[in-house]
Parts: sequence; structure tokens; C-alpha cells
Amino acid sequence: MNKIVKFYHEMGSPPSFYRITGYWLKPLLILALGLTIYGLIDGLFYAPPDYQQGDSYRIMFVHVPAAWMSMFIYAVIGICGIIAFVWRMKVAEAVMMASAPIGALFTALTLLTGMLWGKPMWGTYWDWDARMTSELILLFLYIGVMGIYSAYDDDPRKAARLAALVAIIGLINLPIIRYSVEWWTSIHQGASISIMGGNSGIKEWSMLRPLLVMALATKFYYLYSMLHRARNYLLRTEQKKSWVTKQLIES
Amino acid sequence: MTPTRKRRLILISLVIFGVAVATAIFLTAFKDNIMFFKSPTEVSQNDYPENRSFRLGGMVKEGSLQRLENSLKVLFAVTDYNADVQVEYEGILPDLFREGQGVVAIGYMQNDQLFVAEEVLAKHDENYMPPEVSDILQTEDKQ
Repeated sequence: MNKIVKFYHEMGSPPSFYRITGYWLKPLLILALGLTIYGLIDGLFYAPPDYQQGDSYRIMFVHVPAAWMSMFIYAVIGICGIIAFVWRMKVAEAVMMASAPIGALFTALTLLTGMLWGKPMWGTYWDWDARMTSELILLFLYIGVMGIYSAYDDDPRKAARLAALVAIIGLINLPIIRYSVEWWTSIHQGASISIMGGNSGIKEWSMLRPLLVMALATKFYYLYSMLHRARNYLLRTEQKKSWVTKQLIES
Repeated sequence: MTPTRKRRLILISLVIFGVAVATAIFLTAFKDNIMFFKSPTEVSQNDYPENRSFRLGGMVKEGSLQRLENSLKVLFAVTDYNADVQVEYEGILPDLFREGQGVVAIGYMQNDQLFVAEEVLAKHDENYMPPEVSDILQTEDKQ
């Protein structure tokens, strides 16, 4: 128990956060790259074609993990936003601001691959239905969080708190995205995988495997990229502190 | 927890609660107006917006698809297994369009009987499977 408490406190202080996460970067990058290569080869060459969509459904192996990440990263930003706003933790601010561009990219990727999939399958690139509109709003929320932060460039701590407020308010969009296909009649199909079981979704293991591998790969990529950016964020905002000087002399 | 932190936590909880309630009220109030989505049953009961386009959703009725010669015009019936609506459409249909498949047609009612679609979208479900599995399922269904 003491170890967990100690670890928690270490991750909360910028110098030890910087030191500890430095060891994680390389393994995370290797895992992310390896799993992405394996998942893409498995999904594009070894998974069987779909009975209705043929090979076109394979874009799912990018689209679905990217969509999961777009929401997962926003949840991280929202929780870090609450911590940053209430407890004023610097590391939470760093994680929040480091996550925003990565989440925005995953959201853009989700929208783009969805449009490319929608044209041949549904017959349209875009439809203003609940799922697509709420995902587009998510992209604007990410841009809003980054925009508010950049607008207050004289005081990064105050800027981060204001960005946190936008992020927290935007949290309400997450359940809307998740349940949009159930609450409204939507052209978008329901969830491909349900944790609770049920009769719908993907049952075939050879189709499910690349999807889960890609979901893991995107998680590792996010961790790698976010920690890298959060470390740089701390170096930049704490540049007048002694630990940064020491760190730079050492390296 | 220090009093300042407690105050901030209460403040942020109130903000989240307020935004959630406002969004819920907004979405409930506009539920019908977000999209005019009608089923064949509603259309057959004359419950549809006149002189403006709306969305008709349902299944393409088995055996109802007719292609008119020398044109891209197609005629088919959209059903919810309760009522049917005749739909006319001129254009290229999406890959997934077939009888027994879900569709969303955007258009207007020309008269009580005929829906003229400006756009036809195919809807697919979340069940992905290899062709062999689908064949097995279908033979099982027939037995």
C-alpha cells in the first residue's frame, strides 16, 4: 500500500514525473509500432471478408480504434481538467494539454475514415445524424480546449485552468456520442463490440483479433506521444526551476 | 480536503450538473425536430410533413424492386412489416442496397401513395461475419 501512495506522490511532482516516465518512452513506442504493424497486416490480409461489405469493412480496423481513442482521450482530458481545476496539480495540467492535439487527430481520423467508408456503403460522405454531428462537436471541443489555452499565453497556469473549464463542460458530449445510435434513429450502426455480451456485434475471432490489437496499439501510441509531450510541457513551464537546469546539465 | 478545494469541487460539480440538465432539456425539447424521421406506418396514417422533405426509414420489401428500362429509375417499397410505402428514385444506389436491407430515403410525398426520393442511403447493422458463417446461419434459419 505504501508503495502505491509513494508512486502517486512521485507522479504528482514534476521532477520525479519527468524522471520516471523517461524510462517508459522506449518500451511504449516499441509496443505501439509492433502492435500497429501486426494489427494492420492481420486486419488487411488475414481477416476474412465480410458477408455483405466484402473487403470495404476493413477500414473498421482503423476507424473503430480511432473512434474509441477520440472518446477515451477526451475522458482523460476531462478528469485531468477536474484535478487541475480543484487541486491545481501541475502534472494534471501537463497531461491535459499534452493529450488535446493527439485526441483532436484521432477525432479527425475517425471522421475521415468514416466518410470514406460511408460513401460506398451508405451512399453519402456525410449525413447530419446524431452520431456524426456529436463526433464533429467533439473535434470542435478539442480545438476549443487548445484555442483557449493559446489565447492566454502570458500565464500558462491560468491558461490551463481556463482550458480545464472548457474540457469539463465538454464532458457532457461523451455520453451523447456513446448513446447517440440508441437514442436517435441513426444511419450509423450500433456498437461493434459490447462488453456485456448480447447477440449483435462481431462474433468471429479472426475479425475481432485485429480490432483488439489495433485498439491496444492506439492506446500505447497515445501513452507514448502524450508522455513525450507532457515532459516537454513541464520543461517549458518550469524552465526557471532548479530541477530543469539540473536535468539539462545531466543530459 | 481544504475549504478552498472543497469550494472549487462543489463549483465544478454544479457546473457539470447545470450543463447536463440544460443539454438534456434541450435535446428532449428538440427530439422531434432534430430530424423528420418517419416510418411507413406513420406515413400510411398520413402523419408526415407536407410540402417539405423528410426521411423515410425501413426495410426494402422483398420482391418489390423494379428497375425501369432505359433509365436509372427504380421503384421499390419500404416496409416496417406493418405498412408499405412506394418509393421512386432516380440515381445510383449504394453498394449495400438490396431487398431485405435497411434504407433511409430522403424526399417528399408526391401524393398519398408515392414517395419521391432525392437520396437513398443504405443502413447496415453491426454484425460483421465471413461469408461462410452467414451461409451456415441462413441454412440453419431455413431448417
